[in-house]
Amino acid sequence: MDVLTLSRLQFAVTSMFHFIFVPLTLGLSVFVAMIETRYVLSGNEMYKRMAKFWGKLFLINFALGVVTGITLEFQFGMNWAEYSRYVGDIFGAPLAIEATVAFFMESVFIGVWAFGWNKVSRRFHAFSIWMVAIATNLSGLWILLANGWMQHPVGYVLRNGRAEMVDFLALITNPFGLLKFGHQIVSGYTVAAFFVIGISAYHLLKARNREFFKASFTMAAGFALFATIMVAVIGDFHAADVAKTQPAKFAAMEAVWNTCNNAPMHLIAFPDAKNECNLVSALPVPGLLSFLAFHDTNAEIRGITSFPKDERPPVLPVFLSFRLMVGLGTFFIVVAAAAFFLAKNGLLEKYPLFLKLLVLVIPLPYIANQLGWIVSELGRQPWIVYGLMKTSDAVSKSLEMSQVVGSLAGFTLLYGLLGFVDIYLLVKFARKGPEETHVRATGAFGN
Amino acid sequence: MDLHIVWFVLWGVLWSVYFMLDGFVLGAGMLHRVLGKNDSDRRVIINSFGPVWDGNEVWLITAGGATFAAFPTTYALMFSYLYTPLLLLLFALIVRGVSFEFRSKEDGAAWRGCWDWAIVISSFIPALLFGVAFGNIFSGLPMDKAGYHGSLLALLNPYGIVSGLLFVMLFVEHGALYVAVKSTGDLSRRAENLAKTLWVPLLLIAVLFLGYTNFATKLYDNYLKAPVFLVVPLLAVGALVGVRMFLGAGNALAAFAASCVTILGVVGTGVIGLFPNLIPSSLDALYSLTIYNSSSSEYTLKIMTTVAFIFVPIVILYKIWVYRLFRERVTAEAVAADHEAY
Repeated sequence: MDVLTLSRLQFAVTSMFHFIFVPLTLGLSVFVAMIETRYVLSGNEMYKRMAKFWGKLFLINFALGVVTGITLEFQFGMNWAEYSRYVGDIFGAPLAIEATVAFFMESVFIGVWAFGWNKVSRRFHAFSIWMVAIATNLSGLWILLANGWMQHPVGYVLRNGRAEMVDFLALITNPFGLLKFGHQIVSGYTVAAFFVIGISAYHLLKARNREFFKASFTMAAGFALFATIMVAVIGDFHAADVAKTQPAKFAAMEAVWNTCNNAPMHLIAFPDAKNECNLVSALPVPGLLSFLAFHDTNAEIRGITSFPKDERPPVLPVFLSFRLMVGLGTFFIVVAAAAFFLAKNGLLEKYPLFLKLLVLVIPLPYIANQLGWIVSELGRQPWIVYGLMKTSDAVSKSLEMSQVVGSLAGFTLLYGLLGFVDIYLLVKFARKGPEETHVRATGAFGN
Repeated sequence: MDLHIVWFVLWGVLWSVYFMLDGFVLGAGMLHRVLGKNDSDRRVIINSFGPVWDGNEVWLITAGGATFAAFPTTYALMFSYLYTPLLLLLFALIVRGVSFEFRSKEDGAAWRGCWDWAIVISSFIPALLFGVAFGNIFSGLPMDKAGYHGSLLALLNPYGIVSGLLFVMLFVEHGALYVAVKSTGDLSRRAENLAKTLWVPLLLIAVLFLGYTNFATKLYDNYLKAPVFLVVPLLAVGALVGVRMFLGAGNALAAFAASCVTILGVVGTGVIGLFPNLIPSSLDALYSLTIYNSSSSEYTLKIMTTVAFIFVPIVILYKIWVYRLFRERVTAEAVAADHEAY
C-alpha cells in the first residue's frame, strides 16, 4: 500500500458512499414534485399526504447526500493536488458553476419546501420542490460535464505546463458528458421509482393505507417504465460513444482481446486476464457487437491486446460490472412493465408474491448505479484524464502515509456509522406509513 | 479591468459572507446546550436556522469551487498542505449536518442527548479550525521549492491559536445574538444576556489579535501603502463596539447586524492585508502563492467572471428573499405543532 493506492481507495469509498444518496435524490425530488403538482391541480388532500410522506424520506436521504458531497470537492485538492494543478484551469470551472448555479438554488428551495408548508401558497410550495428537482438535476449536469471531460477531454490546449481551457462551448457540449448525464438522471429516476414501488408494495402486503399506496405505486410504476426504458436507450448511445472515444474501456467492457471486424457478442463469456483471452465464450451473436458499437456489423472493434500493457484497464471487474449492470437494467424493464400493467388493471393485490419481490428489488437499482460507475471510472484507468494524465501522476506530493491511513480509516468509520443510522431512520419512517410519520410532539421530557 | 483582482475580491467576499452566515449557525450550535435548557429550547434553536443552514454552507462550497476555478494552484496546494485540519473540518461539518436532520427523528433522551453533544462539538471544531487555518494563512505557510514543511502541530502556533479563539468568540457572540433575535421569551432573554457577557472576552481577544497581527504577519504593510483601506479594520472595530452599544439599548437586531459587519470586517481586514498573495510563504516570498502566479488563464477567468456576474446577484436576491420569508421568531409551540420541523 502506498499514498496513491490509499488515495484511490479513499476516493472510491467516499464517492461510492456519496452515490448511495445521490440517485434517490435525483429521482425522488422529481417524483415528489409530480405528486405535489397533482395536489395543486386536483386539490385532493391525499396527494398532500403523499408529498409529505415521500418528502420526509427524501429529506432524510438528502441530508447525507449534501454533507458527503463536500468531501468530494475538497478531496480533489487534498489528495489529488497534482491533478488539480494540471487541469484546474478547465476542470475547476464546472465545479464552481455547479455551486453557483445549482447548489444555492437547491439549498434555498429545500428550506422553503421543508419549512414552508404554512408560509407560502400551495402553488408556490409546489414550485419550490420543482426548483429543488431542477437544481438537483442541474448539479448532475455540471458534475457530469466535469467527469465527461476527464473521460474525453475537449476544448483545451497544453500550455504553461498544464491543460488550459480554450473552448468553453466544447466543454459544455461534450457528447460524452451529455450522454452520461442523460444516462445518469434516468438511472436516478429508476432508483427512486423502485424505492417508491417497493415501499408501497410492503404496505399493500400489510393491507394498510391501500388507496394511498396504490396511488403511489401506480405513479411510480409509470415513472419506472419510462425511466428504465430511457436508461437502456441512452445507455446504448453512451456505449457507442465510448466505443469511439475510449476504445480500451469498450474492449474491457466486452472482454474483446483481439481486434476484429464483424465482432460477435458472446452472451456468455468470462475473461482470463493472465492469458489475455476468454476462459469461456459461448452463444455468439454474429456481428452484434460491431453493430452496437458502430451501427455497422462489419465495423472493426479494437481488442485489448492492441493497447500497450500500461494503458489497459483491469478487464475482469470492468467486464463483470458492465455485464451485471446491463443484466439488471434489462430485468428492471421487465419488472417495471409488469408492475405498471398490474397497477393499471387493479390486479396488484392478486399477486402477493410479486409484491414481495418488489420489496426485495429496492436495493438492486442502487447496485446497478454503483456498477455503472465502476465501469466508468475503473474502465478509464490507468488514466485520470483519458489519454492526457495518468492517475499515478495525479496524487498530492506532500501527503504522508499516516495522513491517508488516518483519513481513510476515519471516513470508513464515520460513513459506516452514518449509513447505519440513515438506513435505520429510512426503514423506520418507511414502515410507519403516512398517518404515523409525525414524530410525537415533544415536551415529554426535558423541562 | 484586471480579472485577477476581480477574482481576488470575489474570493474575499465569498469567504467573508460564508463566515458571516455560517458563523451564527456554528455559534448557535456551540451554545446549543448552554442556551437550550430543555428539549423544547433546543428544538427552537435548531429550527431557528433550520431553513437556512444548508444554504449558508453552500457559500463554503462556492468559496472552495471558486478557488479551484480561479486559482487552481492555490486550491491544490492549500488543500493538500492543510490536509489534516481540513479532514477534521469535513468530519465536523458532516456530523453537524446530519445531527440537525436526525436529532428530533427519535424520542429517546439518549438519542437526542447524543446528537446534542454532536452538534456542540461539530460546531466548535470548524470555528476553531477555520480560525487556525486563516491565522496561519495570514502569517504565511512554511513552503519553498521543496514543498511544504509544516504539520498539524506547527499550525497550532500561538498566533494560529489566537486566531482560532478569535473566530470561536466571534461566532459564539454572533450565534447568541441570532438566537436572541430569532427566539422568544426566556430563551431570547438568556441569549441576549449571554451575548452581553461574551462581548467582554471577545473584545479582549480581538484587541490581542489586532496587536499580535502586527508582529506575526505582514498584513499591515498594505495599509501603510494605501491608508484608505484602513476604513475596513476601523469599520470592524466600530461595529464590534456597536454590538455592545445596541445590546445596551436593548436592540438585539441592530446588535446582530453590527455583528455581521464585524465578521465581514475582520475577514476583509485579513484578506486586504494578504493582497496580492493568497497564501504567503513564511520562508521565501518567491514561493508565495499570489493571484498572478497561481491563477487560471485569462480565458477561464473571463468565463468565470461572466458566470459570477450573472448568477451571484440572482443568488443574493433569493437569499435575501428566503431570510425575509423566515424572518418570524421561532416559538416552542410552533415547533411542537409543525410535524415537518427539525
